[in-house]
Amino acid sequence: METLAQSGLRLNLSPLDYALLALYFITVLGIGFAVRRAISTSADFFLSGRALPAWVTGLAFVSANLGAIEILGMAANGAQYGVMTTHYYWIGAVPAMVFLGIVMMPFYYGSKVHSVPEYLRRRFNAPAHLLNAITFAVAQVLIAGVNLYALALVMQALVGWPLWLSIIVAAAFVLVYITLGGLSSAIYNEVLQFFVILAGLVPITVVGLVKTGGLAGLFDKVSHSALGSAGLHTWADTGGSHNPLSANWIGIVFGLGFVLSFGYWTTNFAEVQRALSAKDMTAARLTPIVGAYPKIIIPAVTVIPGLVALVTVKGLGGKGDLQYNNAIPLLMRDLLPNGVLGIAVTGLLASFMAGMAANVSGFNTVFTYDIWQAYLRKDRDDAYYLRTGRIVTVIGVLIGIGTAFIAAGYSNIMNYIQALFSMFNAPLFATFIIGMFWKRMTAWAGFLGLLIGTLAAIGTYVLYLAKVLHFGSDLDESFWGAGIAFVTVAVVAAVVTLFTRPKPESELRGLVSGVGTVDLGDSVAVADRVWYRNPVLLGAGAVALAVVFYLPFL
Amino acid sequence: MADKATATGRETDEAIPTSKARLFDVRLVIGGLFVVYGIVITLVGLFDGPNEIRKAAGVRINLWTGLAMLVLGGIFLVWHWWRPLKVNQPSS
Repeated sequence: METLAQSGLRLNLSPLDYALLALYFITVLGIGFAVRRAISTSADFFLSGRALPAWVTGLAFVSANLGAIEILGMAANGAQYGVMTTHYYWIGAVPAMVFLGIVMMPFYYGSKVHSVPEYLRRRFNAPAHLLNAITFAVAQVLIAGVNLYALALVMQALVGWPLWLSIIVAAAFVLVYITLGGLSSAIYNEVLQFFVILAGLVPITVVGLVKTGGLAGLFDKVSHSALGSAGLHTWADTGGSHNPLSANWIGIVFGLGFVLSFGYWTTNFAEVQRALSAKDMTAARLTPIVGAYPKIIIPAVTVIPGLVALVTVKGLGGKGDLQYNNAIPLLMRDLLPNGVLGIAVTGLLASFMAGMAANVSGFNTVFTYDIWQAYLRKDRDDAYYLRTGRIVTVIGVLIGIGTAFIAAGYSNIMNYIQALFSMFNAPLFATFIIGMFWKRMTAWAGFLGLLIGTLAAIGTYVLYLAKVLHFGSDLDESFWGAGIAFVTVAVVAAVVTLFTRPKPESELRGLVSGVGTVDLGDSVAVADRVWYRNPVLLGAGAVALAVVFYLPFL
Repeated sequence: MADKATATGRETDEAIPTSKARLFDVRLVIGGLFVVYGIVITLVGLFDGPNEIRKAAGVRINLWTGLAMLVLGGIFLVWHWWRPLKVNQPSS
């Protein structure tokens, strides 16, 4: 173990690998630049974006999530917690994606809002909107730090620089990427990226499985590893907490499967944005459902490599280069020859860079337009806000450098990211879901529910860190934190609604279930009235498939 | 901004010149990049020595990955050619 740590995690790329890497970024930046020049007149980004078919937005939807968290984090979880990690996909993503498509998308797409915070302003009031804008901005720079840290980990493995230098250089690259227009074709890149990432992950999985003797050989080796045979089950022993996740089924079903997952998938700006770009209501509703199918099988190329790393990399789970976060880079070093290695590195770098760029641009957009323009400096000319946006981009990258060091403090970044989600997404989801289906819920109930719910989740986390509250594991804390936030929002919303006046129904048209009509039936084009474009049928199919995938791993 | 350029739908109502819209069809980009990657990786795979093959647990992973990328890229190019992007012409 010492000698392994000494040799360090170095990927020996050949000039060929670097050429493959360069070709990708030249393609992406070249197209971004050309597209920006060719189509600079479009008045409204959001409306003009409403032209994409469901397969493009659906893949972009999954790809927007297939970043650092997914690849490094889920492989890390696979190595640390075993097959239980698939809960993040089969109960922790698929039902929420289907719910978003079938139930919530009609309100989002039908009300023609351009973003999630804007929905909040129209359904509730300005304070709720401002609060959401601030927490969103904070969450974005914290998550940007995770992406930057992951990017730096890979760069460190490539060239062997110390982490702090890798972080700063990686941040400089991201800034160049944003400036050169890498983001002007974001959805476009995400689809391309999706295939490049798979082209890197599939060979790792195939070679890993061959090396460990196929699935049967791998599972046999896992049951003799530190994780033991518990690492091959998902629901066994979840009556108590004697399982790898140290979480019981209530935490998994309610905390992860309901609050955390619905919170992430149905209110995350970056995700919902993909669906809002679809060309019509049917395509918008199909977006998350089309995305659910690849989501079901992605653990094959993240969790399985995690298990392979567990049984082939000696000393995995230790400090430094052998921490769980490095499971995938370690396998790349051990298993991939030059050529495919270049593709795999390209996929990782592309996803982290685009991930951080998307975080910074989300921060920039919300800060400039939802905070600065809406509340601080109103009524200036476009050039003023454009300039502000550029400065905020640089500030966002600088803050990202700081938050990257926070992320570096966690040996498993997934735990960190789940803690963030429990604080920011869970209360937001509760506010949304109640507001969407309970028309009497008042504007101030929305604001106070969101505020106190967020504080409750933060409080839970702080008390856990201070060792006042005890949970089975970091992830168990995030399940409960999310659940507590949800219940808090519901209680506060109910109480405040009793004492305040509801908004008139005329202002809630298209925003709340049962108020006015959401244009669903008439807008369904004749060509879309076939079974394979039916959101409900396809959604039910995705959920059924997820259940089938659980069967071998009960 | 750029996103409408990825439109491969039948009902794009934006007036983008057809040639540019075709160039920016995401299927063409995926197809093009994967065909180039596929050719390079397949060639590398053909000349892989025993060291490379031993590292990948005896699998000619470059060759197989290269061929798979070539097929995927080909599918996207054929799709792009078979069902080209239809963009409404400017009404002038």
